[in-house]
Amino acid sequence: MTGVQHQAPDTQVAIELRGVNKWYGEFHVLRNIDLTVHRGERIVICGPSGSGKSTMIRCINRLEEHQQGRIVVDGVELTSNLKDIDAVRRDVGMVFQSFNLFPHLTVLENCTLAPIWVKKMPKAEAERVAMRYLERVRIPEQANKYPGQLSGGQQQRVAIARSLCMSPKIMLFDEPTSALDPEMVKEVLDTMVSLAQEGMTMLCVTHEMGFARQVADRVIFMDRGEIVEQAPPQEFFANPRSERTRLFLSQILGH
Amino acid sequence: MAETGTAPGATPVARPPALAVGPLGWLRTNLFSSWGNTLLTLLILWGLWRVVPPLFDWLVTSSLVNVASSQECRGAGGACWAFVAEKWRFIIFGTYPADEQWRPSLAVALIIGMMLFSTWRGAWRPWLGLVWLGGTAVVLALLWGGFLGMTYVSNELWGGLPLTLLLTVIGLGAAFPLAVLLALGRRSDLPAVKAICVGFIELVRGVPLISILFMASVMFPLFMPAGVTVDKLLRAQIGLILFAAAYQAEVVRGGLQAIPKGQYEAADSLGLSYWQKMRKIILPQALALVIPPMVNTFISFLKDTSLVIIIGLFDLLSAAKAALTDPAWRGFYKEAYLFAGLIYFFFCFFMSRYSQRLEVELNRSRRR
Repeated sequence: MTGVQHQAPDTQVAIELRGVNKWYGEFHVLRNIDLTVHRGERIVICGPSGSGKSTMIRCINRLEEHQQGRIVVDGVELTSNLKDIDAVRRDVGMVFQSFNLFPHLTVLENCTLAPIWVKKMPKAEAERVAMRYLERVRIPEQANKYPGQLSGGQQQRVAIARSLCMSPKIMLFDEPTSALDPEMVKEVLDTMVSLAQEGMTMLCVTHEMGFARQVADRVIFMDRGEIVEQAPPQEFFANPRSERTRLFLSQILGH
Repeated sequence: MAETGTAPGATPVARPPALAVGPLGWLRTNLFSSWGNTLLTLLILWGLWRVVPPLFDWLVTSSLVNVASSQECRGAGGACWAFVAEKWRFIIFGTYPADEQWRPSLAVALIIGMMLFSTWRGAWRPWLGLVWLGGTAVVLALLWGGFLGMTYVSNELWGGLPLTLLLTVIGLGAAFPLAVLLALGRRSDLPAVKAICVGFIELVRGVPLISILFMASVMFPLFMPAGVTVDKLLRAQIGLILFAAAYQAEVVRGGLQAIPKGQYEAADSLGLSYWQKMRKIILPQALALVIPPMVNTFISFLKDTSLVIIIGLFDLLSAAKAALTDPAWRGFYKEAYLFAGLIYFFFCFFMSRYSQRLEVELNRSRRR
């Protein structure tokens, strides 16, 4: 706050959170969050429910507003400036726990809506792009169905394709497999793994520890609004440093 | 029959007991399933027996259509359709000059034509609004005249069905977009916008339509500078629009609130602007959800237009009433109101049926 200008933005940094605080009323949901995410980094965030992990990633595309501290995404600081918010949202894709597909639009229309209206892409091109991503998530044959006609796993893959159609630089996943039937978890995780292997910058709130081991560069453990611990997966799972992390891991891996 | 026979060795097809299926079974399960239901069924049958035959007799058997004078009807025990035969033109067209009644006829045909055209979903494009604007302009021009050899007819003389339809169509056409804006405004984050919308909606909903029409007709001119006059019909129309908009706004708000938060968040996260989000994501879903209550307000609005009688406009119902003031035909209330009621019913029933079809079509995407 001393007015000192920061050095030229580090082009290797995709997301930077500095001293971020947020309250819901009296409830302190995010406490002094400091986090730097580099380009191409894959981060898995875990922690007990109510620990603030979803709130944190929702602050990154301003679905939630932080009240203190700085959040810089791809060189743009999130303030109440609507232009900046729109710029960040164009570059940041998000996948939700409950899919949030648009039920009145077909799968293809779900995927082409934002490219056509936000990026002003011609319809034919948007459809070509959409079909490419639908093929990538392996459901091109469902393009003309409505979301309600698909299974949960298929819907979540459409949601991923819908985000990818905007060519985001960063993808946020908010418990993408938590609402799925067990037999559908794998198809969604497979899609996310292949995305990770292509070098997408990813922040993923999930309890799928297998996924974390396989693709994460870093695992972050949050509890009561704080980042308690962060480490590469091998170290995180083998030698958790804090007692809270050990307790959490024993609870989710214990049986 | 041979095809359906049971194969040797297979379990023979069991038939349900005769009393469980067929007309007898239906009667048993639906009308005589218990003592209470049997009693109700008999009571209703008796009631129908008491009501239907006399009604039929009055409506059809004893009714009179061709009479030399109204005196013949007075002594008869049936409906005097001769009254309608004599007065239908007055009821439908009000005080519009008799020689020029092809003009309001054409106007009504135009309005009905546009309504039918709008039921076709292929016409749901931005240009449909222009069709309605242009069509309404033609309707107004037809009614006013004063060009192409058509004599000028002051709108003081307009009346009957064309007036009712005109008030309804312009009223709903203007109120609906206003209602959507009011509903969005009421949910706005901007305190000033929100306060204005809430204030307007609560104020207008809080007073009877009659007082709004009185305000429009009696009080409004008092606020105007001397010499400025706004046509009475226009003032009534504006009053009706504001009234309908306040009610519809609350219906639309109900729809907006039914849309899950995730839809807003998904639209936001894709970078859609507020208006894109509303137009493409939220409103299409919200409006499809509120078709039943919305049609409810449409139907009651059509009938509410009959209140313009209190400020001296001759809509369909007022014209029916006025037809009764002819000394020769005084007293045939039932026939007059039945006739007018039938016309109202025709339009309301059409809206109701169409809305049911629309509901099925628009919610098809939600099926699982």
